[in-house]
Amino acid sequence: MRLPPFEYRAPRTVADAAALLAEAPGESMLLAGGTDVLPNMKRRQQTPRVLVGLRGIRELRRLEVDRAVRLGAGVTLTDLVRSDALRARVPGLWQAVAQIATPHLRNVGTIGGNLCLDTRCTYYDQGPEWRKAIGYCLKKDGATCWVATSSPTCLAVSSTDAAPMLQALGARVQLVSARGERRVEVADLYANDGIAYLTRRPDEILTAVEIPATAGRRSTYWKLRRRGAFDFPVLSVAAAARVEADGTVTEARVVVGAAASRPMAAPAADRALVGRTLTDDVIAEAAEGAYAVAKPMDNTDFELVWRKRMTRTLVGYALRELRGDDMREARLRLARQSLAMVS
Amino acid sequence: MSGPTSRGDLVGRARRRVDGRAKVTGQTVFADDLLPPRTVFCKLLRSSVPHARIAALETTRARAAAGVLLVLTGQDFPEAYGILPVSQDEHPLCRDVVRFVGDPVAAVVARDEATAEAALALIDVTYDVRHTFAEPQDSLSTPEPRIHDYGDEGNVHKKVALQFGDVDRAIAGADHVFDDVFHYAGNTHLPIEQHATVALRDPDGKLVVYSSTQTPHYLHRALAKALGLPAAHIRVIATPNGGGFGGKSDPFNHEIVVARAALDLDRPVKICLTREEVFFCHRGRHPVLMRFRTGVTADGRITGMDLQTLLDGGAYGSYGVASTFYTGALQTVTYQVPTYRFRGCRVFTNKPPCGPKRGHGTPQSRFGQEVQLDKIAERLRIDPADLRLRMVAPANTLTANYLKVGTIGLAACITRVVERAGWRGKHGRLPYGRGVGLACSSYLSGAGLPIYWNAMPHSGVQLKLDRSGGVAAFCGATEIGQGSDDVLVACVAEVLGIDPHDVRPVTGDTDLTPVDLGSYSSRVTLMMGNAAIQAAERARDLVAEAVARTLDVPVSRLVFAERRVFDSEDPARGLPFAEAVSVAEAAFGTIGATGSYTPPASAARFKGGGVGPSPAYSYSAAVVEVEVDPETGWIVVPRVWIAHDIGRALNPVLVRGQVEGSVYMGLGEALMEEQAFRRLPPRLSSALVHKFPSMLEYKSPTSLDMPEIVTDLIEDPDPAGPFGAKEVGQGPLLPVMPAVANAVFDAVGVRIDEVPITPEKILKALQAAAQGKPARYGPAAFPEIAWPETLLVAPPWEGGDGTASNEPARRPRKATSPGSGVRS
Repeated sequence: MRLPPFEYRAPRTVADAAALLAEAPGESMLLAGGTDVLPNMKRRQQTPRVLVGLRGIRELRRLEVDRAVRLGAGVTLTDLVRSDALRARVPGLWQAVAQIATPHLRNVGTIGGNLCLDTRCTYYDQGPEWRKAIGYCLKKDGATCWVATSSPTCLAVSSTDAAPMLQALGARVQLVSARGERRVEVADLYANDGIAYLTRRPDEILTAVEIPATAGRRSTYWKLRRRGAFDFPVLSVAAAARVEADGTVTEARVVVGAAASRPMAAPAADRALVGRTLTDDVIAEAAEGAYAVAKPMDNTDFELVWRKRMTRTLVGYALRELRGDDMREARLRLARQSLAMVS
Repeated sequence: MSGPTSRGDLVGRARRRVDGRAKVTGQTVFADDLLPPRTVFCKLLRSSVPHARIAALETTRARAAAGVLLVLTGQDFPEAYGILPVSQDEHPLCRDVVRFVGDPVAAVVARDEATAEAALALIDVTYDVRHTFAEPQDSLSTPEPRIHDYGDEGNVHKKVALQFGDVDRAIAGADHVFDDVFHYAGNTHLPIEQHATVALRDPDGKLVVYSSTQTPHYLHRALAKALGLPAAHIRVIATPNGGGFGGKSDPFNHEIVVARAALDLDRPVKICLTREEVFFCHRGRHPVLMRFRTGVTADGRITGMDLQTLLDGGAYGSYGVASTFYTGALQTVTYQVPTYRFRGCRVFTNKPPCGPKRGHGTPQSRFGQEVQLDKIAERLRIDPADLRLRMVAPANTLTANYLKVGTIGLAACITRVVERAGWRGKHGRLPYGRGVGLACSSYLSGAGLPIYWNAMPHSGVQLKLDRSGGVAAFCGATEIGQGSDDVLVACVAEVLGIDPHDVRPVTGDTDLTPVDLGSYSSRVTLMMGNAAIQAAERARDLVAEAVARTLDVPVSRLVFAERRVFDSEDPARGLPFAEAVSVAEAAFGTIGATGSYTPPASAARFKGGGVGPSPAYSYSAAVVEVEVDPETGWIVVPRVWIAHDIGRALNPVLVRGQVEGSVYMGLGEALMEEQAFRRLPPRLSSALVHKFPSMLEYKSPTSLDMPEIVTDLIEDPDPAGPFGAKEVGQGPLLPVMPAVANAVFDAVGVRIDEVPITPEKILKALQAAAQGKPARYGPAAFPEIAWPETLLVAPPWEGGDGTASNEPARRPRKATSPGSGVRS
C-alpha cells in the first residue's frame, strides 16, 4: 500500500502552521512524526489534501523538566525516554512513553502526536478493500458500528499511552489557532466518541503539554498488550498520588486507558484512596472502582471479558508500586522489560 | 581398484554461510529488487465477497483510463492449474465463481503502480452472493451450494480411511483407553519478504519469470499448462526468498497473470503483493479438529491408536490432499504403535486456501498425540520422559503403516534434554505457577514421492570444472534462507578438497540448472546433497585419473585436500587443484560431471501410502518451562531446551539457526498466532473476512518475547543422508507446541487442548476447575463423519506385504521409482 498524493507544507513557526491550517479547513491535517497518520493514509482512512509538517518548528522541540514540566508537542518519544530528569520526576510518564511501539517508531513519534492518536478498531484499521468487504463502518464511510451493531456511536478505542498518565497527573495542553490560543486540561481534551474523540478543533495545533509541580507526587503506568513491543495498549492503568510520610494518601487519580474511546477517570477509585493508607483492602476497593469504568469491546486484541477483569489486576500492580512494593517481577512478566526506575 | 580419497575439512565445522556476505550487506537481489528497463506494473482486483457467482464484469472504463496498458480477466485464462494433479481447481483469475474475500477477478497493468491501482476502482463487478461457509462443520452438513464441482461429495474435498491391524480389538483389550479431542488453530507463514514476480520476454521472445518461489520446477510446469506454451520456451528463475516456510510452494495466480501480461505487452511486468495480499495467498497451517482414541497397557505401552482429523481447507485444493494424509502419516515413527487407524477429512470453506506450512499437516496431530501422552503418563503415574523412552520405535524397521525408518536418535534426544533441563528435579516439583513440559517429534528428510508421478530423479547436480580451479555447481534447488546454497557448495568442496569460496553455486534456474523439485518437505539437504556428492565424486575421479598419469602415482593413493591433489604416501608430491584440473582438461577435454538422486522405493503399496515415506527421519525432543500467573492466566516462557537428531551437522551454525528459528515459530503457534476470521452477523451481512491481515495485529513474537534456548545436536550419521545428514528445517518446530501445553499442566494443573494457548483460555480452565468442572479448555466433541470404506492393511508383523486386502486392483504405474535407494 502506498500513500495517496498530498501537498506537503513545512512551516517554521506555530503562527505559520496555524495560518496554513486555517487556509484549508477540513482538508488539512498535521504531521507530527507520522507514525499514525501516514499508515492511516496508506489505508485511505484519512486522505487530507494538505499535510502540515511540524518538524521544522523549533519551539515545539523544547523539553523543560524542572519543578514543573513543559513538553513541546514536537519532542520525540525517544527524547523523553532518554531524559533522566523526566524519568526521575515523572516516572509514570516515562514508563508510559518507554512502552510505546518500538525504538524505531519512538525516534520519529512525538508526544503531541501520541496525544492526538486516532482511535483504533479492528473493523477500521484495515485497507480499503477489506473495509469494502464488510460494507464499511460507522467511523468511516459506513452506517453500522460492527463492534455493537445497535450502538449509535463509534466504539473505536483510545490507544494513546501518554494520555491516561497525563490525565492522572492533571496535565494541561496548549492549543493554538489563527484565532488565538487556549489551555485545556488533558481530561477535557477527549470525548467518549470514537469519531469525535478530540475536543481540539480542526484548526488548532496542540503545541505543548504542561505538568503541574511534580514534587512529592508518585506516578506509575501499567500497560496490557500481547507482546513486549509494537502493540498498542488494549488496557492500561495510570495512577498518580501524593502520599504523606505516614502513608496517608492526600491526592490520587486513577485513569483507565484503552477501555473506551477516551481515557476514563475512575472517581470511585480516587475516593477510595484519599485520606487512607494503601493497604491491600484499600487497593482492592480502588480496583473495584476502576473495574466499573472499564468498558472494553470486541475490537482489539484479547477477549473483552478478560481485558475488563485485568483492570483490577493492573490497578493492584499500580497502587502497590505507589505504595513502594517491589514490583519488578510482575513488571518483567507483563512488559517483558524491567522499566527500572531511577532512584 | 579403489578410487582417490577426499579429506575435506568442511563437514561438521561451523562456518560462515556462502551467501552470508551478500545478505548482511544488502546485496542479495530479491524479486522486488528487480526493475528491468521499460517495466510496467500489475495490480489485482480481488473479490470483496466470500462466495458468489460473477454476474457481470465490466472493464471498459478501466481499459480506457490513461496509463492503463492491459486489463485481464478470467476469460483470458481458460486453463485450470493447481499444485497437485488431483486438484487442478485454480484459475489465475476467477472465471465464474469467487470463493473467498481476496480471490482475484481481474488484473490491470499500467505504467506505474498507482495508475494500476486507481484503475481497479473502474472495474465494475456484479456478484450473485451465495451461502457463506465459515466453519468446517457447516461445510460437512451443507452440501449445496458446492464451493467446487469436484471433490468427494458436497463441500467435502477429500476423505481418507486407512487401518493397519485390528485396532478395535487392540483398544478393547487395553488396560486403559484415552479418548481426547483437540483443536489446532490455523496460522500463517509470515515470511518477511512479500511475494513478488517479474516476467518478461527475452530477446528471443521467450518467456522469463523471476519469482520468489520455493518450487521453480512446479511453477515451470504450471506456467506451461496455464499459458499453453512449450515448457522449453519458459525460463523460471527463483530469486532468493526472504523466507518461505511453505508459503511460496504453490504456483500462484499472480505469477501466471504477469507472465501472460509480459507476453501480451512484450514488456517486463512486475507485481509485488501487499502484506494483506500475502495473507490472502496463505496456504498455511490447516485448522484441524482431531480425536485420538488410544489404548494403553498398565505400564503405558500403546496397544492401538485410532485417529480422526477434520481439516478446514479454505477455498482451494492446494496441497490439501497431501496435507490430509500427513495429519495421520507420522504417528507411528516415534513410538511403537502396533495397530493404527487413521481417518481424515478435508472440507472447503470460503477462506484463503490452506496448504503446507513448516511441518506440513503433522504439527496438528503431533500436538494431540504428545499432549495425550502427557495425560497417559499423569494417569498412570509414570514420568512422561520414561513413558516415552520405554516405547521409542526401534531403528531400521518398518512401522505399522509401512514407513521404513532408518536411524532413530529419539531416545538420545529425550535423554539429553531431560539432563540439560534438570527435568527430574523440576517436573512435578516446581512451585505452583511454574512448570515444565516435555514433547517429542519426527519429520521427513524429503518426501519419498514427487508431486506428480514420474520415474526421474528428484534432484540433479551438474558441475563444471576448468583450469581456473573454480567449480560451478548447478542445481535447481532454491535458496529460501535455509542455506541450501551453502549445503550445495559444502558437499562439492568437501569431496574435491577445496575452499567453499572456490565453488560458485548456480541455483533455481530452469534454463541453466538440472531439475530439483524444490525447497519443500525438508528434502534439499538430503536429496541435493546426495546428488552433489555423486557429481563431485565423478569429477574427482576424472581429475584423479589424469593426475595419476601425470605424477605416476596409483589413483588409489591420491588425496583431495587443502586445494591440492597429492600422494598420500608422499604428500609433497602433488599438484595444486587448479593444475590438477588443467591436466584433466588436457587429457579429457572439458570437464563436467552430473549427479542425481532418487529416493528408495516405498514399502507401502496401498492407496495413500505415498504420503509419509522418506529416505530418513529426523527426531527432536524439547522441554519448555513456563510461568503461569493463576490470578490472570498470564503465561511466560523463560526457557526452552531442545535436542535434535540431525544425523550429521554439515554446518552447525546453520543447523542451530534452523532449530532456534523453529522454536521461535513454534512458540508463536503455541502462544499467539492465529489465522482468525470475522463472520459478520448473518442477518445483516454475508461478509467473512480475515480478522487482521497485518503484521501488527496478526501477533507473532518479538525478540523481547523470546526465551533463552539451549540447543543440543545429536549426531548419529544416517546412511541415507549426505555425509550422514538428516533434515533440520521443520522437525524441531513440532515438539514446541505440545511441550508448552504440557508445561502449563505441570504449572497450574489444567489442560489446554488447543493452540494458541492464551491467558484467557488458561484462566477459563482454572475457573472451570475451581467450579468442580473438568480442569480443561478445548473442543467438546468431534463430529460424526460418514467415513468411506476403510482400507485394511495388515502390519508387517502380521505377515502383511504393504497392500490393502480390500482395495480394488490398482493400475500398475509405469513410473515407479527405481529401487536403488541412493544416488542413481
